[in-house]
Amino acid sequence: MADSSRIPGSLPASERELRSTFMEQARLVPGGERIARCIQCGTCTGSCPVSYAMDISPRMLIALFRAGEIERILRSRTIWICASCYMCTTRCPQNIKITDTLYALKRTAMETGLYPDRFPVYLLSRIFVQIMNRYGRNHEGLLLLLYYLRRNPFGLLRLVPLGISMLRKGRAPLFPSKIKGIKTIRQILSAAKALELPAEKETVKYVEGTVGYGAVG
Amino acid sequence: MEYLYYPGCSLESAGRPYDESLRAVFRVLGLPLKELEDWNCCGATMYMSVDETTSLAISARNLALAERNGGTNLVAPCSACYTVLLKTNRFLRDSPELKAKVDRILGEVGLSCKLAVKVRHPLDVLVNDVGIETIARAARSSLGGLPFAPYYGCQIVRPERGFDDPEYPITMDTLLERLGAKAVYFPVKTRCCGGMLMTTFPDVCLQLVKELLECATQNGARCVVTTCPLCQINLEAYQKRVNRKFGTAFHVPVLVFTQLLGLALGCSEEELGLQRNLVPLKTELVPLHA
Repeated sequence: MADSSRIPGSLPASERELRSTFMEQARLVPGGERIARCIQCGTCTGSCPVSYAMDISPRMLIALFRAGEIERILRSRTIWICASCYMCTTRCPQNIKITDTLYALKRTAMETGLYPDRFPVYLLSRIFVQIMNRYGRNHEGLLLLLYYLRRNPFGLLRLVPLGISMLRKGRAPLFPSKIKGIKTIRQILSAAKALELPAEKETVKYVEGTVGYGAVG
Repeated sequence: MEYLYYPGCSLESAGRPYDESLRAVFRVLGLPLKELEDWNCCGATMYMSVDETTSLAISARNLALAERNGGTNLVAPCSACYTVLLKTNRFLRDSPELKAKVDRILGEVGLSCKLAVKVRHPLDVLVNDVGIETIARAARSSLGGLPFAPYYGCQIVRPERGFDDPEYPITMDTLLERLGAKAVYFPVKTRCCGGMLMTTFPDVCLQLVKELLECATQNGARCVVTTCPLCQINLEAYQKRVNRKFGTAFHVPVLVFTQLLGLALGCSEEELGLQRNLVPLKTELVPLHA
């Protein structure tokens, strides 16, 4: 993946931008700066129940971040396969918040629009948010319906027998209902949005133009 | 002490047996349980990927509502809700910057969150507030030596919760064994079931589910007992798909722990939502009451 015209130890502009976005997100994770302490022991990868299905392992992900290759991370499936089981975080000998860091990466991906090819997993998140905005509570049937319709209509057909069983067992309410305080939800959402805009990215000094241990201080 | 109850979206649909059995168990044990009025979705894992401040504010609304209700303990059975609400408490406590932002947002709708509410899981409440011996004394029948796989799932114990071990918890084992069931050897008791991956990466999720069911059945479990509605659904509703994909022959009842607990306490099948389970618990395994 290394571009032969790259100068070792320096970041290309696009990577600098991504790094800045990511560090902004990671800053909000209490203890997130501990990513600098990674000793590359691989305990995280070894503990992860889904690492076998990842293209970049958790350990590699942290190494790539420190090597200045966030774009490569965002183009991989890794952050989207993470099931948030927190086993890595629990076992990390350096107490790094790996799962929460992956959440920050997910948010970075959604903010910058960088995803692996043919990979609308973030769609589920977006639909979930839309349902939340509208009703204040999730409705599984609606969520699955909208997701599958856009992503994989045939997958929906496959779910029909299960859907019918659940309906018959009284475990699938047909219609979503709004909570009484839905207005407050929407107010909260617009207030939160207003706080985040304009997205003034604080220039974190050590991000500019350095990679490796120096980059994360 | 009154407990405020936060069912979460899942318990209103696929997780309905959990809601019903939890209410029944609390009622029989004389624990006052009041549903938090007009609670909103906690946001779960999907929301956290979107926007930090927004997701915290949405989640904090529930904490603020609980505070306004004068509650000190908010019981959240769904592991995802439990995780999000606890995380909200923790993040707001550890980051003054985030707290300031969320305070501003909540202030606009006349709410405030002083972090005075403790978020609890029902298993924690039952074992630590009520006590296993008290529950055993209230039991009307034994669970008849039923061999079960105690499956906690991941988010009830991780990140560190304080009421049980993050990798090898035993509260549910101890509780149900005291009531006459028999926990089988089940080292994968906190291994992730895949959660939402069943929708986004079903192949991966089916693999995880298969490994869990395999470990349970190979060790002689006649049913799997869970503490999370998502785990319950993943292990119960996709057994046919797992069988087709891997050539296995799983047909294992998967319950939530309050259902078994309720049986020991003398609740009826219907009160515990047992008729809603997709793989029925055979009556010869545990004596059921009419």
